[in-house]
Amino acid sequence: MTAPASPAPTETTAKTSAETSAETAICARGIVRDFQAGQSTIRVLHGIDTDIRSGEMTFVVGESGSGKTTLISIMCGILWPTEGEVKVFGTDIYKLSDTELVNFRLENIGFIFQQYNLIPSIDAAANAAVPLIAKGMAIEEAREKAKKLLDKLNIGDQAEKLPNQLSGGQQQRVAIARALVHEPRLVVCDEPTAALDASSGRRVMDLLREVAVAKDRACIIVTHDNRIFDLADRILVLEDGVVTHDGTEMPDGH
Amino acid sequence: MLWIAIRMLTGDAQKFYGLLFGIAFSTLLITQQLTIFVNLIERGASGVYNAPEAEIWVMDPVSRTTDVSYAMPSTALDEVRSVPGVEWAVPHLRSAASVRTKEGDLEQVAIIGVDDATLIGLPQNLVEGSKQALQQPDTVIIDDGGLFNMFGPGADVMGERLELNDQRAVIRGVADSIPAFTSTAVLYTKYSRALNFVPGTRNRLSFVLVGVSDGLSAGEVAARIEEQTGLKAQTRDEFAEAGVDFIIENTGIPTNFGITVILGFVVGVAIVGLTFSLFIRDNIRQFGALKAIGLTNMKIVRMVAVQAGMVGAIGYALGVMSTAIFLWSFSGNPFFKGFYIPWQIPLISMGAVILILAITGWLALRSVLSTEPASVFR
Repeated sequence: MTAPASPAPTETTAKTSAETSAETAICARGIVRDFQAGQSTIRVLHGIDTDIRSGEMTFVVGESGSGKTTLISIMCGILWPTEGEVKVFGTDIYKLSDTELVNFRLENIGFIFQQYNLIPSIDAAANAAVPLIAKGMAIEEAREKAKKLLDKLNIGDQAEKLPNQLSGGQQQRVAIARALVHEPRLVVCDEPTAALDASSGRRVMDLLREVAVAKDRACIIVTHDNRIFDLADRILVLEDGVVTHDGTEMPDGH
Repeated sequence: MLWIAIRMLTGDAQKFYGLLFGIAFSTLLITQQLTIFVNLIERGASGVYNAPEAEIWVMDPVSRTTDVSYAMPSTALDEVRSVPGVEWAVPHLRSAASVRTKEGDLEQVAIIGVDDATLIGLPQNLVEGSKQALQQPDTVIIDDGGLFNMFGPGADVMGERLELNDQRAVIRGVADSIPAFTSTAVLYTKYSRALNFVPGTRNRLSFVLVGVSDGLSAGEVAARIEEQTGLKAQTRDEFAEAGVDFIIENTGIPTNFGITVILGFVVGVAIVGLTFSLFIRDNIRQFGALKAIGLTNMKIVRMVAVQAGMVGAIGYALGVMSTAIFLWSFSGNPFFKGFYIPWQIPLISMGAVILILAITGWLALRSVLSTEPASVFR
C-alpha cells in the first residue's frame, strides 16, 4: 500500500468515500474544532475529512498539539465539533440529543484511557464490568461476564484485586476488558502503551489486536509511540490540525 | 451504578470517616444544643408543671410567671371562689427567702406555700418522706434539685434543721419535682406556715389555684374569673407558655443557643463541604471516564446523591445517638433531670443535615457536571 506524502490537507482515500459504506465505521466530514484561549480563538482542527473502517486497527499519530486527541474525541462523540459532521455506523451522532448520544456511546463505543481511570475502590472484575452495570445488568451477572473476559486477557486470577494491587500492565488489561466487555463496535484507545515498557506495550498491542480488531469492529488508537507503528493497519498522521498522511505505514521522515 | 457509588465512597476510608464525622458532629451540636435549649426554657414553666391539679392560675394583672408575681389581697381567694364554674380555689404563695443551714451557710431559696387542707400545689410524688409530714410543725419539703445543690449528692437531709426568717424549719421530705429555671432550692410548706417563713408584707397571696366544674372548659371559666374579679386568670397551658416566653424574651439564652446551633450548621457545611469536594476532586477523572463511557448527567447526579444520602443517614444517626447517649450519661445530674429530646428536634437537625448535604453536594456536583468527558483524554 502506498501513502500520499502531501503535507497539505489530505486528498487521500478517506476523502473519496463520500458516503458511509458497509465497512465504514466512522465517516467524518469537514471537522473543524476551535478552542477559546482568553480573547483569541485557536483552531485545532482544520476541516478534516476521513473514514475509519471496520476490521482495521487505525493509528492516529502526530506530535503533541497536532489535534489527534481532539479528533478522536470528536469521532467518538465526547467533544462537539465546531463544524462538520460525524457518522458512526451510519448515525449522525451530533444530531442526537445529549441523552441519546450518551446512550449511543454506551452501546457502541469502548474506551481505553491512557491513565486507565479505573475506579480504585472496586476490584478488577467490577471495574471491567462498569459498562454492563451502567447498562443495567445485575452486578453479579456483569462481574461473571467481566471475569470471563479477564480470563481471556490472562488476568482472571487477578479479578478480585483492587487496581492498586495490580501492575501497570495488568491495569491496562483491566481497562481493555472494560472497553470490550459490552462488545462495542468501536474501540478507542488513547496512548495505550505510553505508561508501559517496550515488551509490556508490545504484549498489550498484540492483545488489543487479538480482541479488539474484528470484522465488524473498528479500533482507533491515538499514539506517538513509534515502537508500535508497525502494528497498524492504517496510519493517519496529523500535523497542525490537518491529516497529512493516510496510509499503511509511517511516511519517511517521521 | 449506585453500588459503585457507594463503593467509591467507602473505599476512601479517610474521607468517608471525615464526612461521617462532619455530619455526626454537626447533628450532635444542633440536636444537643436545641434539646438543652428547649428543656431549659421549659423550666420557665416548671412551677406550673409541679402543680398539676391547678387548671387555672389566678393572679394580679401585672404578674407574668410563677417567679415574677405581684401579691394579691387575701380577699381575692373568696372573690375567685364566688365565680360560677369554679369547683375549688386554693391559695398559693411563692416567695424568695434566705435560709441558714445548720452549718451556718446562707442560701437563697424559694418558698412555696401550698393549701393547708388539700396540699394542692405540692408536686405529685416525693422521693423521700410523705405529704402528710407537712401536718407536723415546722415541716418543709425540699425539692430534689435543691437538695443536690444545697447539700450535695446523696446527702441524708431528713430531719435537717434550717433557719428561715428567724423561724425553725425541719426537712421531712424530698419532692420529685421539675427543677426551676434558676436552679434555686425550693422549700414546700403549708400556706399558713409559709406566711411565717417569708418577711411580712400587707398582701401575701401570690396565686389562686383553681379547679373547674365538670362540663366547663378552663378557658371559659378563666374568662369569667377575669370578668368578675378584674384579676388575671390563665389556663395551665397559657401560664406555662407565658413562663417559657418570659425566658425567651428576657434572657440571652435563645441568642446564645441559636449561635451554637448556627455554628453547628456552619461547621457541618465546612467539614462536609471541604471533604466532599476533595472526594469529588480525587475522583473527577473517574467520573469523567464514566461520563465518556456512557453515564448521563442524571445518573452521575444519582450517584452523588446516593453518596450524600448514605453519609447523611449514617452521620445523622450517629449524631442523634450521641445526643441520646450524652443525655443518658448526664441523667444523674439534677441540671439534666427530666431532659428529653422533643420529636421535633431530630426533624430539625435532619432538615439541617439535608440542607448541608444539598449545599455541599451541589457544590461538589458542579465540578463533576461541568467536566467534559473529553477531558479524560487530556
